[in-house]
Amino acid sequence: MARDVPNERLRGPRRVGVLALQGDFREHLAALRACEVEGVPIRLASDLDAVDALVLPGGESTTMARLMEPELKASIQHRSAAGMPVMGTCAGMILMSRDIQGGRADQEPLKLMDIGVRRNAYGRQIDSFEAVVESPAIGGAGPAVFIRAPQVTERAPDVQELASHAGQTVAVKQGNRLALAFHPELTADRRWHQYFLTLDGEDR
Amino acid sequence: MEELTPALTDRRGTWKVKAGLAEMLKGGVIMDVVTSEQAKIAEDAGAVAVMALERVPADIRREGGVARMSDPGLIAAIIDAVTIPVMAKCRIGHFVEAQILESLGVDYIDESEVLTPADDEHHINKHAFKIPFVCGCRDLGEALRRIAEGAAMIRTKGEAGTGNVVEAVRHMRAVTGAIRKLHGAGPEEIVMEAKRIGAPADMLEETARLGRLPVVNFAAGGIATPADAALMMQLGCDGIFVGSGIFKAENPAARAKAIVAATTYFDRPDILADASKSLGKAMQGLEIGAIPQEELLAGRGW
Repeated sequence: MARDVPNERLRGPRRVGVLALQGDFREHLAALRACEVEGVPIRLASDLDAVDALVLPGGESTTMARLMEPELKASIQHRSAAGMPVMGTCAGMILMSRDIQGGRADQEPLKLMDIGVRRNAYGRQIDSFEAVVESPAIGGAGPAVFIRAPQVTERAPDVQELASHAGQTVAVKQGNRLALAFHPELTADRRWHQYFLTLDGEDR
Repeated sequence: MEELTPALTDRRGTWKVKAGLAEMLKGGVIMDVVTSEQAKIAEDAGAVAVMALERVPADIRREGGVARMSDPGLIAAIIDAVTIPVMAKCRIGHFVEAQILESLGVDYIDESEVLTPADDEHHINKHAFKIPFVCGCRDLGEALRRIAEGAAMIRTKGEAGTGNVVEAVRHMRAVTGAIRKLHGAGPEEIVMEAKRIGAPADMLEETARLGRLPVVNFAAGGIATPADAALMMQLGCDGIFVGSGIFKAENPAARAKAIVAATTYFDRPDILADASKSLGKAMQGLEIGAIPQEELLAGRGW
């Protein structure tokens, strides 16, 4: 796939929200800026009205879930069901999942994608690592940073595996929802963000 | 961009991975806990990590004596009790305590002035470890010396166990003020400033280029209320450590939740007002001037 097509496929103004409750939202905002797209920090449900797409950043998934007000949760779920592109990295992938293993019993994900994930699947911080991950989505190999990262343990038939590493699924796509177990935002490689920006926007 | 080859795959304990975990903690609150039950209360409240300790700083201060690394059994129990990262403290310069903490699977080590220093001239060579370290600072020179030794995260020292935020404010303003002074400085001025503050020149140059510390910088020491947390965030900190401020207060669960909310909505006084309502009594607190000079903790560290 040509890598220079991209952004005009997002309809309307190209404003991308980044959930800014906790975590590395600043790095995602910078990555979006590097892709010449305006990033908008999202903390309250009303903030979501101004954006066409949403990024759920890395951080602590339990903390983000605790801080997300019910109206914001409902609004994200509603917009995603209507077709808004959503990308989650690490904790963001956990938030997007339908089912969490190794989490807290009361941890309720947003259920935006039909995937099951295991939290801290690689172990503790001592097992965090940098790797090279190949994917057709970025047209080859790219750097990936896995920090106390999750893994995809199950996925519905229409969930596409975009990348695997050491036999584990680490990047998945379902419709215009994209979930990565690692952190492209911690590297200088912007191809995952560029790929996200090629996903079709909703009809609004 | 670096060459991507399979030989580079799966590198553990790299700088990016160490500093990266701190990036994930940003905008969050790290809480001191002394039991598994407290750790669960902290996780429930939305803490991004817990600091596993035998005694919170307020008790260390009251009881006196030599304060050391906590019992590994206690730290292991806290690791088992929660799903969020667990940090633990070792004494300044005590690299064997740090080795023990690393073998326990602790996610971050705090080389902390709250414990009694084991070396009165050197800190630990933190590059030698696979897990990351956080260290305290009172000014830019101290912060950059710690980063040069391998600290992947910095915090203000404040004055731990006092419930008095004044020292944390002083240290944060010292760091940001010193960084602001670098703006527009030429290379020759950076070298002399590096000499003056006792910091490596290349690191000071990077700080000048970034306009901020090269690693994540949290506030610590004396934070006792949601407003204290928001104050430190508005002063430019990336997140908050709360030591004695939560479990020495009247209603720890409510106060913990309120401080978490205040750290996210630090620039929204209306939300801060709501979060600060009906929390019960905060910890008692100490006037810094009333503490004998030799009992101040922030001066420990070189």
